[in-house]
Amino acid sequence: MYRIVQKKILNPTVTLMEIEAPLVAKKAEPGQFIILRVDETGERIPLTIADFDREKGTVTIIFQIVGGTTERLNHKEAGDFIQDFVGPLGVATHTEGLKKVCIVGGGVGCAIALPIAKKLHQQGCAVTSVIGFRSKDLLILEDEFRAASDKLYVMTDDGSYGRHGNVCVPLEEMFAEGETFDQVITIGPLIMMKFVVAAVKPTGIPCVVSMNPIMIDGTGMCGGCRLTLNRDGEKITKFACVDGPDFNGYEVDFDEAMSRGAMYRDFERHAHEEACNLFHKEVK
Amino acid sequence: MTKPNMSLKKNPMPSQEPQVRAHNFNEVATGYTEETALDEALRCLSCKNMPCVSGCPVNIHIPEFIAKIKEGDFEGAYRVISKTSSLPAVCGRVCPQETQCESKCVRGIKGEPVGIGRLERFVADWHNAHSGEVPETAPSNGHRVAVVGSGPSGLTCAGDLAKKGYKVTVFEALHTAGGVLVYGIPEFRLPKAIVQKEVDTLSAMGVDVETNIVIGKTLTIDELFEQGYEAVFVGSGAGLPNFMGIPGESYKGVYSANEFLTRSNLMKAYESDPVTPIMKGGRVAVVGGGNVAMDAARTALRLGAEKVYIVYRRSLEELPARREEVEHAMEEGIEFKLLNNPIEILGYQNPDDRRDPKNGFVTGMKCIRMELGEPDEKGRRRPVPVPGSEFTLDVDTVVIAIGTSPNPLIKSTTKGLEVNRKGGIVVEEATGATSREGVYAGGDAVTGAATVISAMGAGKAAAAAIDEYIKGKEA
Repeated sequence: MYRIVQKKILNPTVTLMEIEAPLVAKKAEPGQFIILRVDETGERIPLTIADFDREKGTVTIIFQIVGGTTERLNHKEAGDFIQDFVGPLGVATHTEGLKKVCIVGGGVGCAIALPIAKKLHQQGCAVTSVIGFRSKDLLILEDEFRAASDKLYVMTDDGSYGRHGNVCVPLEEMFAEGETFDQVITIGPLIMMKFVVAAVKPTGIPCVVSMNPIMIDGTGMCGGCRLTLNRDGEKITKFACVDGPDFNGYEVDFDEAMSRGAMYRDFERHAHEEACNLFHKEVK
Repeated sequence: MTKPNMSLKKNPMPSQEPQVRAHNFNEVATGYTEETALDEALRCLSCKNMPCVSGCPVNIHIPEFIAKIKEGDFEGAYRVISKTSSLPAVCGRVCPQETQCESKCVRGIKGEPVGIGRLERFVADWHNAHSGEVPETAPSNGHRVAVVGSGPSGLTCAGDLAKKGYKVTVFEALHTAGGVLVYGIPEFRLPKAIVQKEVDTLSAMGVDVETNIVIGKTLTIDELFEQGYEAVFVGSGAGLPNFMGIPGESYKGVYSANEFLTRSNLMKAYESDPVTPIMKGGRVAVVGGGNVAMDAARTALRLGAEKVYIVYRRSLEELPARREEVEHAMEEGIEFKLLNNPIEILGYQNPDDRRDPKNGFVTGMKCIRMELGEPDEKGRRRPVPVPGSEFTLDVDTVVIAIGTSPNPLIKSTTKGLEVNRKGGIVVEEATGATSREGVYAGGDAVTGAATVISAMGAGKAAAAAIDEYIKGKEA
């Protein structure tokens, strides 16, 4: 059992939890993920590590409430326990030798982008961050990003905060002005990452994307998290849990990843409603 | 002594009727009664040279335990088995006895061999139902050994070392102990309660089982040595599933057998209101001819599929699955498409609506008929496609059960651990010793996908070698 040390509501659909998991905290690196089960009958879900404190022995996760499991998790409070918490899994984001990087985060993906920005910033890399949200009330981690970035662009789709527009707007402006980076790292919804890759492509700057497909075991056993890379005209199957979650954005078949990601959409919607109803009943 | 039973036939295994069991997840075979067990035991001639024992990878003293059954001392029989086997209730169910102990039985020369596996299962089930007795362990010798993975090889190794007085910790990556016995083999062939019972017995013998620890990630093998473990056994099991490399394998509805079975077995997707989803019903094609393929096909049927095919590129004769599993699958109504090879998986694409929710789901599988040609270097006749014989199988789920490649996590984080071209850990066969001192390995992590009992044999051999290694260091 793993204790929830702290819980913070970041916005109506996004919650932060700090979990006591000393062995995971000891090894965790930005870009890696964990798998958790909320309770004994729960499903296994992967969540990327948002922060970790090796001394305290805690790992922070930030999650969006999308399905039954995240709904159940969100009903846990500080001091409560979750059943299973395993990691750190996946390959850490490569940061060595990078001097100038642009981080592009979208929505709850910003939670994963932040530790990477922090690590790069700490190692003296110049960090430009572009973070985007649908609207002002979904904004998270602005201050944290400001502290970890040399330059920060905050975007909202509806213009209710920061600049109006999606994350590609400032990217394209920067490129038009001749700005360049060693690498662009983007984390967010698949559709956003697809467009970021398209925006970066003309510059030839390497573009890393963080994939978050459906997983079961997360340890390289089931193959559910497979995705297709197009490398030199050849299709290659990779597994996000052991080969990723970071991949070369130019190679990823995003359309396929989006299709596969939606496989259980109806099931998830139903599970979320069920979980909500259950909690409503409990409240009554 | 009672007169031997000279019947040429084994006592049949009582089973659920095919039409009934095809729709539930309860165990197919229901097991011998005391009377049947006694009757079957009397078929054993108690041969002095015990040929059957040489056929058992863990050397169970077969005539000795059968003699106890004849005496009606079922707990005594259990004690004999548990001296050499840590998982009797499991082996009695999933071992391919027909190619092991029973293939050496003298009674098999003229008639059917003694139903050794059925008797083993009876004894183990009798013990589980009537006795909480824990196998004897030697007094603690103060030495600590780490076991990576709680599948059949790891549990066997842990059990044998615990009996010798070692303090053993088993590290399991998943949330439940049992490895392939819980995520892979379905409930109807091996009830999960039985696996749990075997794990509980090990715990009662002083073995610690730590779940949620991925060796190679959470802890490395070097760190285990730093923590004071004097030897490590790696039984991390099969790894990433193989795919065929044909177009369409990423369509929704295409599963690896590992994923399909993990969803159903470990995550209980077969329950009526599961939290982990799986595609239920419809028409299913399972590609492959091994035991895993049979398990996947029979699971699909029980999940409510209206039609299930096994698609295999060779003929019935070459099917690698156990005969009994093949027969069970056929009885339950699974259709075998033999000498057929998939060449493409077809998916739905609405040309007018990119947002059509049906887009990307499987609609069929294109296959080609095969015929057996010249024998290959192993003497198996190579299947060759029959030109122009392509056809489409109308299915909406495809499960690919064509094997796995070893898991890369341990080799990539353990310096000096030699692996072969396929990624399997290189070991000395008799001992399981790897290229790293104090590190032993066995089971699928070494051999690639194989059987439960061969993994147990490897775990057993490694336990003996580890014992010798640690004692040798002391001397």
